[in-house]
Amino acid sequence: MRWVCLLLPRLALEGALRERRDPASPFALTEGRAPRQIVRAANAAARALGVKPGQALGVAESLCLGAERGGEGVEKGLASDAVDPETTNRWRRHLADWAYGYSSQVSLHYPHALVFEVESSLNLFGPWPRLEARLRAELEALGFTHRLVIAPNPAAAWALVNAHDALAVDSPGLEAALGALPLGRAGLDAHSLKTLKRSGFRRLGELFALPRSALSRRFGGALLRHLGELRGEWPLALESYCPAHGFSRGFEFDTPVQATAGLAFPLKRLLQTLAVFLRGQDAGVTRFRLALTLEDRSTQHVEVGLLAVQRDPETLLELTRGHLERVRLDGPVSALTLTAAELTPYAPVRRELLDGPAQQSQAWAALRQRLVARLGEASLKSLVEHREHRPEAAVLGGAGPEGVATPERRARPGWLLPAPTRCDSEIAELLAGPERIESGWWDGNDVRRDYYLVAWHDGRRAWVWSDPAGAGWYLHGWFG
Amino acid sequence: MSGLETLLDSRRVWRAQEIATDSGPTTLATGHAALDAALPGHGWPRDAVSELLSGGAGSGELGLLWPLLSRLGGEAGPVVLIAPPGVPYPAAWRRAGVALAQCYWLDVGGREALWATEQSLRAGCCAAVVAWLPQADARALRRLQIASASGETPGFVHRPLGRASEASPAALRLRLHPGAELEVLKCRGGRPPSGRIRYGRPAGESMTSDPVTSRRRDNPRGAPTQAGIARAAPRER
Repeated sequence: MRWVCLLLPRLALEGALRERRDPASPFALTEGRAPRQIVRAANAAARALGVKPGQALGVAESLCLGAERGGEGVEKGLASDAVDPETTNRWRRHLADWAYGYSSQVSLHYPHALVFEVESSLNLFGPWPRLEARLRAELEALGFTHRLVIAPNPAAAWALVNAHDALAVDSPGLEAALGALPLGRAGLDAHSLKTLKRSGFRRLGELFALPRSALSRRFGGALLRHLGELRGEWPLALESYCPAHGFSRGFEFDTPVQATAGLAFPLKRLLQTLAVFLRGQDAGVTRFRLALTLEDRSTQHVEVGLLAVQRDPETLLELTRGHLERVRLDGPVSALTLTAAELTPYAPVRRELLDGPAQQSQAWAALRQRLVARLGEASLKSLVEHREHRPEAAVLGGAGPEGVATPERRARPGWLLPAPTRCDSEIAELLAGPERIESGWWDGNDVRRDYYLVAWHDGRRAWVWSDPAGAGWYLHGWFG
Repeated sequence: MSGLETLLDSRRVWRAQEIATDSGPTTLATGHAALDAALPGHGWPRDAVSELLSGGAGSGELGLLWPLLSRLGGEAGPVVLIAPPGVPYPAAWRRAGVALAQCYWLDVGGREALWATEQSLRAGCCAAVVAWLPQADARALRRLQIASASGETPGFVHRPLGRASEASPAALRLRLHPGAELEVLKCRGGRPPSGRIRYGRPAGESMTSDPVTSRRRDNPRGAPTQAGIARAAPRER
């Protein structure tokens, strides 16, 4: 077994920054109640101005304001937000969803960290250095500072990541790597640590050298068990992370958004998060829902339906934009929630293997998707021949039980008008006809008409009919 | 002479003959021998917009395009009709040889029709895009022209006769006359041939030779002669 431990030292700050439109401007996370908030973490822009963890918020704000007056190009003072454990946990679960794409055993057992087993994934993703590079690149793209260590068991990986980054330890080297670890970093409980330090121990290796019976007698069974877990001698059962069946994430706006264009940024973030979740599950979506919470607390829903299973964030964003362009907001929007209740297995199409017709059909599928997203599903129509004598039914469907079995052989106009219109004086000459069409008695829409090919007054060719029993001429189509 | 070269260098004027000789087979045969013979490229431009000016539906526009649309027949991709003047009658299109499974039409209008035309041309997956865009001006046509060139998709834009006097960036401009005749107003790569070109049988002619006509005698109402009805028609008002 090979376990990766991923430590996220700045998860709370980076998670909060990810939901901000301008992550580069000064921002601090605070804890404590107003008016005694203390800065817990600050981003690079704020640190550059002298903001430090532990400062009072008031002090930090005045530091940033001073800089603004100095004209250093800072647009606003310090923005701040309270540390929200729920937000941090949500991002941790989000990263667990991401890790689920690499391993079926992901655990959130340790604080600020994720552990996951990758031995079985190494066959697929290549040797550890290659997988490590890949993991790091993806975390970089997601915007999270991280430390990675791989070790034969999760407890050792967790202990080692506290002191190292980019360390790869295999079973023979485990004892030496752990032995060099200072006691304070070994994940021991506070009481044992104090006792051990008083006894003059400084590194784990010194404990490994002692006979176990003596250790157990002097420091208790719990310590022995912890050492056993670190060395992989004692089995450790971690509860596995179980990804949710659906996806739902929200985004709240500082100021209400008036136009759909303002939804683009949060939508992009939410769709990126969705894409990471979908990749982890090896799934895609065919439909999802946007719930727009309006200022008056009512909710406006936008259903986004896709023609094919998708998970690429760029494609999803483009298609969602197409949908939103047709939506009229009922009022200013204060929050946006994206929910994908149903996931569909995703089968990626290997683009590079396709040539000619296959590639073209893919391009057509994409075009069709784009047209339908913006114009609505009903506006893209195909030509379906319904075997019916009545022209309306033949073109628009709805054939009765006695629909003719043979396809139409008589001359029909290229264009049919959706509804016949009265015309009399425009007809210059009858060229052919009549053709009696008498049908449809079974569904109540029976027609009895004599159709003629006529020359229109300007020379065009039209298809007109007259009722054998009544008067008047009706234009019903054009011979293009 | 140097003045002319400066003008040519500035690319504000193009040499009509040049394009026809430089470019290879960038045209698609129209399927009408007389028309192919008259056009400098011997067919429809493949990666450009052709503009068809007519008095409206029924001017022979389908008789003109059907041979191409049926030949492209699905292999080259779907045929997309945008904002057509009526509902395409599937039986007629099938009789003309068009593969119905690869034929789609978009029931939209206004700005959306222009957008859909541009998207379809640019996507490069359609065999042909045929659009009815009375609202399109020269700027819109230029956009479509660029989309058509980048997607290498032939585009056909129908506009009313009133637009004939306006300048147009279309590579080929035809004016349709009822009775299956047309005039070439402009064609890239050569001087437009003068006079009308007759390209096929007038639309719906086959109806005359239809068995239905001979069945007229069984018509219980007692069919009047065609000429008789023609004269009677206005009177029935």
